Amino acid sequence: MKANVLFAAFAPQYVLSLLFSPWKRNVRKVAKVEKTNRAILTGTHFMSGDLACAEGALAAGCRFFGGYPITPATEIAERMARRLPEIGGIYIQMEDEIGSIAAVIGASYAGKKAMTATSGPGFSLMQENIGLAVMTEAPLVIVNIMRGGPSTGQPTMPGQQDVMQARWGSHGDYEIIALAPSSVQEMFDLTIGCFNFSETYRVPVILLADEIIGHMWERVKIPPPEDITLVSRKKPKVPPNEYRPFQPNENLVPPMACFGEGYRFHATGLTHNERGEPKTVSIEEQTKLVKRLCDKIRKNAEEIIKVEEVMLEDAEVAVIAYGITSRAALSAVRKARKQGIKAGLLRLVTIWPFPEKLVAKIAKQVKAIIVPEMNYGQLVREVERAAKTTPVFLLSKLGEEPHRPLEIVEVIRSILK
Amino acid sequence: MSKSDLMLQHPLAKYLRQERMPHIWCEGCGNGILLNSFFNALDELKLDLDKVVVVSGIGCIGRAAGYINVDSFHTTHGRAIAFATGVKLANPDLKVVVISGDGDLFAIGGNHFIHAARRNIDITVICANNFNYGMTGGQYGPTTPLDAWTTTTPYGNVEHPFNLVHLAAASGAVYVARWTTLQARRLRNSMMKALQKEGFSFIEVISPCPEIYDRYNKLGTAVEVMKWFKLVSQVQHASDPAKAEITKNQIIIGEFVDIEKPSYGKLLREMTSKVQEKLKREKAK
Repeated sequence: MKANVLFAAFAPQYVLSLLFSPWKRNVRKVAKVEKTNRAILTGTHFMSGDLACAEGALAAGCRFFGGYPITPATEIAERMARRLPEIGGIYIQMEDEIGSIAAVIGASYAGKKAMTATSGPGFSLMQENIGLAVMTEAPLVIVNIMRGGPSTGQPTMPGQQDVMQARWGSHGDYEIIALAPSSVQEMFDLTIGCFNFSETYRVPVILLADEIIGHMWERVKIPPPEDITLVSRKKPKVPPNEYRPFQPNENLVPPMACFGEGYRFHATGLTHNERGEPKTVSIEEQTKLVKRLCDKIRKNAEEIIKVEEVMLEDAEVAVIAYGITSRAALSAVRKARKQGIKAGLLRLVTIWPFPEKLVAKIAKQVKAIIVPEMNYGQLVREVERAAKTTPVFLLSKLGEEPHRPLEIVEVIRSILK
Repeated sequence: MSKSDLMLQHPLAKYLRQERMPHIWCEGCGNGILLNSFFNALDELKLDLDKVVVVSGIGCIGRAAGYINVDSFHTTHGRAIAFATGVKLANPDLKVVVISGDGDLFAIGGNHFIHAARRNIDITVICANNFNYGMTGGQYGPTTPLDAWTTTTPYGNVEHPFNLVHLAAASGAVYVARWTTLQARRLRNSMMKALQKEGFSFIEVISPCPEIYDRYNKLGTAVEVMKWFKLVSQVQHASDPAKAEITKNQIIIGEFVDIEKPSYGKLLREMTSKVQEKLKREKAK
């Protein structure tokens, strides 16, 4: 285990720029912040993924954290409890994860950028209210530092077993955005990305990390405030008597008034019309609402999907990976190339919505696709669906050890034989 | 004069989302009286309605949030108090009121109730207690009396009910009162007091459920249930909430708790300003 973590720590960095081009849309630069900005600790730090996540949230403007201690996400809560009071934010430790996400939705509706952080068991408890956040279009961020499951499972061990729960965990039809960091730097960057997506599309956004990324210590560069791009929810431009809280703009996203701003609107988890009035038996309203909630993600998927393509141009075999697994996959692909094998890597930064068009395109080009995951086969199903007739091989790992690069190389070689 | 014209002339019309009428509640239901008392309390206090937020959970009274003409949110089952906690902390200028039912607040949401009371979150919780789950057709809940008939206690209820005022007091609420829908004016006065109180205030409103619970248990029409309220209600202010169990022969009403204790928000703000002052001092060095 130790050797692998060490390996991971020294693996070549492919840190993404904060300023992803899709995220530059509809954004405003933060106004000049005074030099004594305690929210954004500009500089180079050595910190763990959990801590970087907390710092990313603060840099993104998060001023409310509702949480409950759980391994391996506790350090995020601890950091927030220490840091938020310094900058006038609110930390509250709720009685459970159900209360945590409910409070976070409340804080979001009261105008704050808000977040919670948890792991598998807590994530399960949050599912019903993730649906409420989807239905009432509450911008917020849920961090899930994945550990081994099911049930209490292996609290201190890594896993990637919540990939499908992140997608389908709450009942009903909906679409979700989930990002998977693969380095401590990305814990910082993608947490900001999660907030920006949540504010842009009025959706709960999930940062889906694993225990290794959460607990690993690496170098993190926190840029100066003026280099951090932030998005805030669009406000209504109409007077209160004309305001319809769920009337979408051209982007399918309704401008959002917050409590106390004089709009006096109603929001409900029931199916509702544009005024927020319950429509519990109308087929038209149900169809219209559910389609819009899904379509605002589906139709903007190109803006949301971020991947990293490595040596795929002439690849005969592709490895598709995310999170900690992608670091071993990158090393494996490089090793394979040294052996003369045309291997390439597709690293998913955005897991949901799934980049199926891109995977379909790659599938047409390659002889086989390998999906290493720290579960018994979850994202591989999406890959299979997109790859159609191209063979897809799952390289499953359960328990403490992430994949070793040579294991992946072996599979690549055996497939090409 | 049409029905809607009459409604517009009502002095409390501005508190109601009239486009949402007619409401879904049964004839004789106590929820209307509860809402009327609440509107009267808002009216007497002359609160800025732009700064009032009403949150409810799921159930008959859960629809109240949608009928009140302020910012309002209809949460998932049991989570109204947790949601309200987030709202109040995120914007302390808001007056946050939770209006929900006995099942929502004390069965599925019981944990949030006791912890919000313990923390002394600065919100007002108003519970319509009709002794059963009305919305789903009359199942027993956490306040259903022993032996009562509901659709899920077809041989009589064998569970002991919660004494809500005792629970609220023991959990740390700074204001605890109980009324029936018969005492509409006292209920209004109590709501006014609760709304002005700093900290966690709780009012239990015993409410008729004539179409379901009362009919199943042969308690009579709504008027007869109100007569029963009159017969068995005893005002005992400042009495021991532990001894205020509801029985067929006695409903003790009044204010059980009215104490002062710093709210969570106040303590949090004090702590935050201390932290910030310390940082400033360190910087100055």
